[in-house]
Amino acid sequence: MDKAAKQSKSHAKTAALLSIIPGLGQLYNKQLIKGIGFLIIAILYVTGFWSLFNMGFWGLFTLGTEVPRDNSIFLLAEGLIAVLILGIGLLFYYMNFRDAYQNGEKIDMGQHPEKFVGSIKSLFNTNYPYLLISPGLLLLIFTVIFPILFSFALAFTNYDLYHTAPAHLADWVGFNTFKQIFTVDIWRSTFFDVLGWTVIWTLVASTLSVTIGIFMAIVVHQKDLRLKKLWRTVLVLPWAVPGFVTILIFAGMFNDSFGAVNTVILHALGIHPVSWMTNAAWTKVALLFVQSWLGFPYIFVVTTGVLQSIPEDLYEAAIMDGATAWQKFSKITLPFILAQMAPIIITQYTFNFNNFNIIYLFNNGGPAVPNSTAGGTDILVSWIYKLTMQSNQYALAAALTILLSVFVIGIALWQFKRTNSFKEG
Amino acid sequence: MHSIKKNKNIRLGSSYVLLVVMSILIFYPLAWTIGASFNKGNSLVSTTLIPKSPTLAHYVELTKTSGSFYYFQWFLNSLKISVVTMVLSVALVSVTAYAFSRFRFKGRKNGLVLFLLLQMIPQFSALIALFVMAQMLHLVNSHFLLILIYVGGQIPMNTYLMKGYIDSIPVSLDESALLDGAGYTRIFLQIIVPLAKPMIAVVAMNGFTGPLGDFALSSVILRDPKSYTLPIGLYNLINDKMGASYTLFAAGAILISIPVAIVFILLQKNFVSGLTEGGTKG
Repeated sequence: MDKAAKQSKSHAKTAALLSIIPGLGQLYNKQLIKGIGFLIIAILYVTGFWSLFNMGFWGLFTLGTEVPRDNSIFLLAEGLIAVLILGIGLLFYYMNFRDAYQNGEKIDMGQHPEKFVGSIKSLFNTNYPYLLISPGLLLLIFTVIFPILFSFALAFTNYDLYHTAPAHLADWVGFNTFKQIFTVDIWRSTFFDVLGWTVIWTLVASTLSVTIGIFMAIVVHQKDLRLKKLWRTVLVLPWAVPGFVTILIFAGMFNDSFGAVNTVILHALGIHPVSWMTNAAWTKVALLFVQSWLGFPYIFVVTTGVLQSIPEDLYEAAIMDGATAWQKFSKITLPFILAQMAPIIITQYTFNFNNFNIIYLFNNGGPAVPNSTAGGTDILVSWIYKLTMQSNQYALAAALTILLSVFVIGIALWQFKRTNSFKEG
Repeated sequence: MHSIKKNKNIRLGSSYVLLVVMSILIFYPLAWTIGASFNKGNSLVSTTLIPKSPTLAHYVELTKTSGSFYYFQWFLNSLKISVVTMVLSVALVSVTAYAFSRFRFKGRKNGLVLFLLLQMIPQFSALIALFVMAQMLHLVNSHFLLILIYVGGQIPMNTYLMKGYIDSIPVSLDESALLDGAGYTRIFLQIIVPLAKPMIAVVAMNGFTGPLGDFALSSVILRDPKSYTLPIGLYNLINDKMGASYTLFAAGAILISIPVAIVFILLQKNFVSGLTEGGTKG
């Protein structure tokens, strides 16, 4: 028995060994079409991508040696694409081994490996989930993962306006940019100013939207309130109008000199015009107002749905026990809402943390701060945008991207651990 | 008894007052924009809520192109990009989510963790990379590239939502269909898709409104005024140093907002149930 078991692996092992050259193992297993197919794909892969690998890896290490022939950034991109394609190739290479081994095992057990048509069929059945996810995954790799990797790589170069093709090359500089963020005074103070406001912005703007949304839902949900449908439609309007339009409208209304807020509303109340766009503190107030206006309807709508799903008998039982209105609210309604809506409330916070549109479209992250690349109301993402698009400090922008990602992922993981909703996966 | 009734009146009364105040806060900016769009001239200095001598001139102006102004082109660009992104995201997301929900395969757990991480890193923190990519592929100004980037960005979060929703559809339905001889593809199309409609509506809405409101990514890829989408076009209109035109902007804003708002309110029911159920389960 022992010997038989040992022997029974021999085909599998030989087939796998032969598969060092893709296809040979399959040929050994007498899967002719498959073997030749694998071989051809392997040859095409190696010959087709050889120059990409050659060029890519050279470029990745050196970032170019000659001006103006080499463009460091294109070389870096090619290098990363080479890495990705190599990764995908290795995955298929591994699957080639596995396939040869498994079919060899079948021979060892006295079965016949499947014929070509059969293996296409079984490919369809056993690998069906892979078939389903591969289009989405491929797109994700090239439009999301590759750009993120590229940004991360840039953080370790000195790519900026002064290291741009065709006149100059960029170089790997390790953690230099990160060091500078924390040691160069102007960078450090800007970084912590922006980070501080980003955190305050996220907390206050989201909490306001959530509170107003829940409160309004409860108000409209009152049994004896009339015209419920009308109120609900009105309160949803801010969500229905495209956000960028609303932000630009408010930017006009809050204009210091001719905006309606100063010339009509405050004027009617007898209050002096406020410098909404030129004083950072006032811009922040205006931003919080506009974001509350934009953000509460979503929470309002979801809360309304949750309120309608609270079982009526809970309240009936509470009334029997002589609960007051406040007790009903604080002991039944609110806990129910919060428990049901935790994930949606969390997304409000992550949304505002990355809420580029309102900061940039309302007042360009401004008012401008002297000697600083960030404006008085810039949050991390809008600062990164400006560094990239306006002051060409690409490496700095990329380094900040990494810090931002670490920050967000850290908080999210902590949150998930706390709520335990991750376990289910 | 008397005081209970009095309390009730105070509660209801203050509720109505609050709702009226909220309504004013909501309608005022919208009414102001409509007013501005009918006002004469370019600036807002003399603008009044109800125009003294209303004019349709700005709406007529929208149909014309001048210099770097192509309102209808932007409108069509935005519509095209949003619709195509929506259709592709719905297709890719539901197929991917179906695989993650119903099959147990190697790499599944890692895939889910990857999606979870990717949805937290904002896609446009990779701005430079996307711009370099566009240059290398000679696809600057390409709507096609922009659509692919949008669809890619839609995948992680929406797949997560959709997967959570499909998880809540009983597997026994699949199993009995399997016994009846249905293949996976048929099960997906005839059982999962119809039952997941509320979440499909949510994904469709995200796929449509995401690109419609995006400024950061589109401003990196689209450099030629003719290829702009509405957010870039309208933003430039009121930030033009050579003379901002708020009234023209107002007309353009109204023209895009009204159809979008109407469709949104009509379709609201469809995705609200998906949001409440999916959001709380996901």
